[in-house]
Amino acid sequence: MDEALLRTLTPTVIGILGRRGADFAAAEDAVQEALVEAVRAWPQDPPRDPKGWLVTVAWRKFLDATRAETSRRHREERVEAEPPPGAGVAVDDTLQLYFLCAHPSLTPASAVALTLRAVGGLTTRQIAQAYLVPETTMAQRISRAKRTVTGVRFTEPGDVGTVVRVLYLIFNEGYSGEVDLAAEAIRLTRQLARKTPHEEVAGLLALMLLHHARRPARIRPDGSLVPLAEQDRSRWDTRLIAEGVDILQAALASDNLGEFQAQAAIAALHADAPSADETDWVQIVEWYDELVRLTDSPVARLNRAVAVGEADGPQAGLAALAELDPALPRYTAVAAYLHERSGDPETAARLYAHAADSASSVAERDHLTRQAARLNTQLRS
Amino acid sequence: MAKYLLLKHYRGAPAATNDVPMDQWTPDEVSAHMQFMQDFADRLQTTGEYVDSQALSPEGTFVRYDGEGRPPVTDGPFAETKDLIAGWMVIDVESYERALELASELSAAPAAGGKPLGEWLELRPFMSQPPTITE
Repeated sequence: MDEALLRTLTPTVIGILGRRGADFAAAEDAVQEALVEAVRAWPQDPPRDPKGWLVTVAWRKFLDATRAETSRRHREERVEAEPPPGAGVAVDDTLQLYFLCAHPSLTPASAVALTLRAVGGLTTRQIAQAYLVPETTMAQRISRAKRTVTGVRFTEPGDVGTVVRVLYLIFNEGYSGEVDLAAEAIRLTRQLARKTPHEEVAGLLALMLLHHARRPARIRPDGSLVPLAEQDRSRWDTRLIAEGVDILQAALASDNLGEFQAQAAIAALHADAPSADETDWVQIVEWYDELVRLTDSPVARLNRAVAVGEADGPQAGLAALAELDPALPRYTAVAAYLHERSGDPETAARLYAHAADSASSVAERDHLTRQAARLNTQLRS
Repeated sequence: MAKYLLLKHYRGAPAATNDVPMDQWTPDEVSAHMQFMQDFADRLQTTGEYVDSQALSPEGTFVRYDGEGRPPVTDGPFAETKDLIAGWMVIDVESYERALELASELSAAPAAGGKPLGEWLELRPFMSQPPTITE
């Protein structure tokens, strides 16, 4: 039973049903039912043509559903209300599915869930488990999302910008349960990058690969976070780094810079340094300047202050920090770090303890508490 | 089986026997404490007694309805004197005695100087479903 294959085929089969006239919600339902049947039937009786099998079964499920009296009435009303389809444009079904699942009318959480199900081929149970919500809650979220995009036609042009933001969210929200969401986000972004030459898709893919490469060194066996400077760089995945750098360089060559390319460039500079001391902080500051210009994001400004502290010394970093809003998340943690570097462990210890109080994750809180404990222990001895 | 909520307080509970703030411990003591908490939850999963646990941020607000068409009234952040919950663990155990035993073990998590923390945990039984057979 090849679950990976099943999941790769999901968007293709939804697309085929769509071209045969099924609307998105009905096509998606039918394909989910076909997937469930595949999981049951394939181990005993593997099909010679898995895709053909799925299309046949999903199409039958779709017909069964539309033949039901109420669905038929519902469908007739809807077909009447819809404008006639325009001239058929040859578009990639899977690409259209990405656009639909990240449609701007959806909330980010809905777009994430719908993308994982319709493009990623995950079951509702797996998605619910990954986001730690009850399965019924996730089922409702998905069916509401499908209702929201019901009127959207498969041939409408989509916005790559919304798609990359959804994929970024999937990657960045970590993972739990049996599905590795970071790996899944990479798979979906890779697939998207094969279908569109957009530089920001390449930039996002490079960013994901470069961060994923560090994962083995990011977390200790007890679950605690290892800061970038302390990571064992021999544990970084050099194959992923090389791939990420290649993809990024190709994208940058097109001279159409965007925020994900800039973030990937920063990650690449870190990946390129054999040790933390050899990091090219001057270039990293330049990329943060680009990132601030592109996004005007306060988070980018905060990270820039850290980089300035490394490039030009802690006093310069504190000066850059002083221009920012102290209410920013992680502001106090950054201030603590810069004060320690400037030779003021008392202030740093106090700020670390204070930062731990407003941390938004247990791993971060524990890390900050440990920093405060480390400095206070030094100060006592 | 009966479900119990173990509540951990940032403040509002009586003082722990080993009442030293965590940022005054050594880093190794902090790590030993974190490891103990993780091992405790892992062990309860293997015994089939673990249900859920969550940590809460100390930031919080009171909110209430303030009439049709009006924005909700908020009051906060919480006053310094307010009882403040830090997190919880839900366990599903055979008896009240077992719940006490587990709460006591959790309270003994290593702290400053490697000695047990001895913090007060609040143990609250869940209301249960009415039984089907009543006579």
